[in-house]
Amino acid sequence: MELGNLASLQAFYPELLLTAATLVIVLIDLLTSDKSWLGEVALISTSGALLLIGVGPLDGGAWLFRRMLVYDSFSIFFRALIALAALVAVWMSIGSQEVRRCEQGEYYSILLASALGMLLMTESANLLMAYLSLEFVSLTSYVLTGILRHNRRSQEAALKYLIYGGVASGTMIYGMSWIFGMAGSLDFMAINRALFATSHIPVLAVFIALVLILSGLGYKVASVPFHMWAPDVYEGAPIPITTFLAVGSKAAGFALMTRFFYPAISHLGPDGNWQPLNQVAWPQLLLVVCIITMTLGNLAALQQQNMKRMLAYSSIAQAGYALMGFVLLSNDGLIAMLVYLFAYYVMDAGAFLVVMIVANLTGSEDISAYRGLAWRRGGALLAISLTIFLLSLTGIPATIGFIGKFYVFAAAIRERFYILAVIGILNSVVSLYYYMRPVKAMFLEQPVDSVSAVTVEYWNYGLMGVLALATIFLGLYPPPIISFASNSLRFFISSS
Amino acid sequence: MNHPLTLITFIPLIGMALILVCPPAFKAGYKWIAAATTLPQLIIAGWLVHNFSTNTAGIQFVERYPWIRAYHIFYFMGVDGISISMVLLTAIICFISVFASFSIEHGEKGYYALLMLLDTGMMGVFVALDFFLFYIFWEVMLLPMYFLIGIWGGPRREYAAIKFFLYTLLGSVLILLVMLGLYYYGVTPTFDMTQLAAQSSSYSMTFQRICWVALFIGFAIKIPAFPFHTWLPDAHVEAPTAISVILAGVLLKMGTYGILRVNYAILPAASHELAWFFLGVIGTVNIVYGAMVAMAQTDYKKLVAYSSISHMGYVMLGMASFTAAGINGAVLQMFNHGTITAMLFILVGVIYDRAHHREINGFGGLAQQMPLYTGITGLAFFAALGLPGLSAFISEVLVLIGAWQRHPVMTVFGAGTAILTAAYLLWCFQRIYLGRLDEKYASLPDLSLREGFTLVPLAVIVIVLGWYPHAILGLLQTSLNHLNRVVLAATPAQAVALH
Repeated sequence: MELGNLASLQAFYPELLLTAATLVIVLIDLLTSDKSWLGEVALISTSGALLLIGVGPLDGGAWLFRRMLVYDSFSIFFRALIALAALVAVWMSIGSQEVRRCEQGEYYSILLASALGMLLMTESANLLMAYLSLEFVSLTSYVLTGILRHNRRSQEAALKYLIYGGVASGTMIYGMSWIFGMAGSLDFMAINRALFATSHIPVLAVFIALVLILSGLGYKVASVPFHMWAPDVYEGAPIPITTFLAVGSKAAGFALMTRFFYPAISHLGPDGNWQPLNQVAWPQLLLVVCIITMTLGNLAALQQQNMKRMLAYSSIAQAGYALMGFVLLSNDGLIAMLVYLFAYYVMDAGAFLVVMIVANLTGSEDISAYRGLAWRRGGALLAISLTIFLLSLTGIPATIGFIGKFYVFAAAIRERFYILAVIGILNSVVSLYYYMRPVKAMFLEQPVDSVSAVTVEYWNYGLMGVLALATIFLGLYPPPIISFASNSLRFFISSS
Repeated sequence: MNHPLTLITFIPLIGMALILVCPPAFKAGYKWIAAATTLPQLIIAGWLVHNFSTNTAGIQFVERYPWIRAYHIFYFMGVDGISISMVLLTAIICFISVFASFSIEHGEKGYYALLMLLDTGMMGVFVALDFFLFYIFWEVMLLPMYFLIGIWGGPRREYAAIKFFLYTLLGSVLILLVMLGLYYYGVTPTFDMTQLAAQSSSYSMTFQRICWVALFIGFAIKIPAFPFHTWLPDAHVEAPTAISVILAGVLLKMGTYGILRVNYAILPAASHELAWFFLGVIGTVNIVYGAMVAMAQTDYKKLVAYSSISHMGYVMLGMASFTAAGINGAVLQMFNHGTITAMLFILVGVIYDRAHHREINGFGGLAQQMPLYTGITGLAFFAALGLPGLSAFISEVLVLIGAWQRHPVMTVFGAGTAILTAAYLLWCFQRIYLGRLDEKYASLPDLSLREGFTLVPLAVIVIVLGWYPHAILGLLQTSLNHLNRVVLAATPAQAVALH
């Protein structure tokens, strides 16, 4: 089904709501002097967007806006994930002391605009749209990273992010031009038809084009070798933004990457296995990238003293695990990837939230600031929650992280990628060491300041409780998330 | 009782919840909640043993409900002769260890809560029959252990705790991979251990061998078998007394239990082929090496830790024999080692609480000052070195009789080591308890009532099983002999033919 511009709007309410909210926040910011409630406006709009995504029409999918966007179960999964990420980011921003010091109007309107861009990334069905939405996300992210104007680290991070991002997206659009030259179209389905129509595709040219495109996508998901920006940016940005980049931006990158590499340039076989373009070795290339990404992320995280940097390297490694599902060329693998990304959202957001709460308390993000946290008055709950999130990131059972890892490894074993599974599993053993370092500091060491009590606002406690309970509950009873993920793996690819 | 296995596994979690909500004003109540939690557990274990039918090799008290349908995962519990003895052992050791924990003086709330979680994990491992469920319990146990060693342990506790965690996690991820492999490459995808055992001949021999070795490494780290044993002395030396008791009393048994439950039952052909080296030879190395290193120790607790390694070697050797005597002796040895080593660690704890050091050469003549304590230590030492009339004698003799029929050379080494064992234990006894009493220790009080309460029941078990081993052997026999026949019948040729 191909919907015209007006008819497309019925599937576009969440995006419209976010656009409206962005503008309303700018207006309110201009007109009033009390800006303390802008965060609540943003919170209501992201919840509204999430709700609209949930109740959206689901009738098998459609092309929107003259085939610029596509509406299907796959996009709903990622839109929901991104709306959830935005919700958490806004919620955290309201409870963050860093954010309270910066310009509220700009901050929240750009945050919502960034979420809008991510939603568009997940729906793009055209290279032009893909590029525009990706750039939209990048530009808003640069501003959000550098929004702490008096903080030099934030400024430096934004600059680094900008330079890396500029190079990556420039490379990507160059690759897209190669594809356009060979396929004669920017439309994903037209590219698919053109490339599969002839048996003599220029293998090398297609491969080069894909490598160039991967530089842009790899930069968004922070995979090796385009990961270098991540530690600096994660460290410099305000923590809610770090969370949003780590969770939302990464998910959007995975969504676009999957939509381009799977329905656009591969064919689905009857048994749920995907057939890539003949002789074009992108799966092998990505396999290597995946292995290096998780290994390098984990090894680099071992030495970090700053929690945000450690979690940055950890999130590089986590992207590597999710990529494991991506490279298997099967629907099982992709479902595993979706499950993993959802699990990653819950546990990583939780971990960053605790980092933010501790930063609010102590003004420090170093692991040494966590010493003896569990033994300080009122600190036990905080310490236990962070432990839950970190164990989940390691993949210890009875947490959602274990379910994610279980799915990814199960898919790898099923598709007979033994070496990959073994490397993945050894990586998770290595990761235990650094994930336990803050735990060790909190529980096994004595507090530096044992007198003053730890006080946490109920606002932050609420979100932390929800995320911690979700980590445990979905770890023990995963069917809801599993059926959500497996029902979401339907691409709308009818080319009529 | 409708769901005895669910109850016995999850009662400690209720205790944990109660301890967590109990306000700090009732600080003294934590340990009593823990005791009140492990007592019903012990009663249920007794009830299970009483109602357990020894005539069948099948599983009993089955509970089976769907859990994660997408992967055919069930909440599946049940016990057979092998697991029922371990359930009983776990219940006894957990009950005792609560009382052995009364000397913990800071962070009681966390301590007892974690102890309860550990209890659930251990019990769950022995009653789970779905591989996925088994794995969850197996891993859940690691975490409380990490904290119990890491927070309440000795000076090098941080190192010991993370070493324990990393070693065992490495082992368990190997188990996870094999579990997934067994799931996908069988005739029907399943995690049900009984069904996996039934379809074992459908796996190709090469696949079986790879899985067997990976599983072996996973379980061997827990036993701990040479050369994966290096975490054990560290963990034991740093752990508080009660945790050492649990570690030696129950956790080590999980390794050999896992080999019986998974390697033997699910991969019998590979077991038949590989056990002589991995269990026989490595087991013998464990026996000899453990005893020799124990002889060189000057730290009382380290000596007991290495003697544990040595004694677990007998279990492995017995399992490698594939004779009724050997394999029954092996599981009986698991039970006996659990009770005897628990006693030894409590005894080490008693003297450490008083003298605040464990240097063997730093004592002497304690027998004059603490006769009761010395008496019970003597009993435990003689049990450990296999004196006839005490429990370990029966199990070690059974192991050696069984092993002799198949691996005579290894048996000679195993039997010969009994002399080394006697040597290091008696030498240690002499240095600590005999001779002239050091002035410093002239005022040490003898065993307290609480300490006596933890030691006497174990001593009674040790003596009773020395004369009436059938109390445990009767439970084991039917299941173990059946398992042994399955393994003996499975030959590589048959696996290939059916494939």
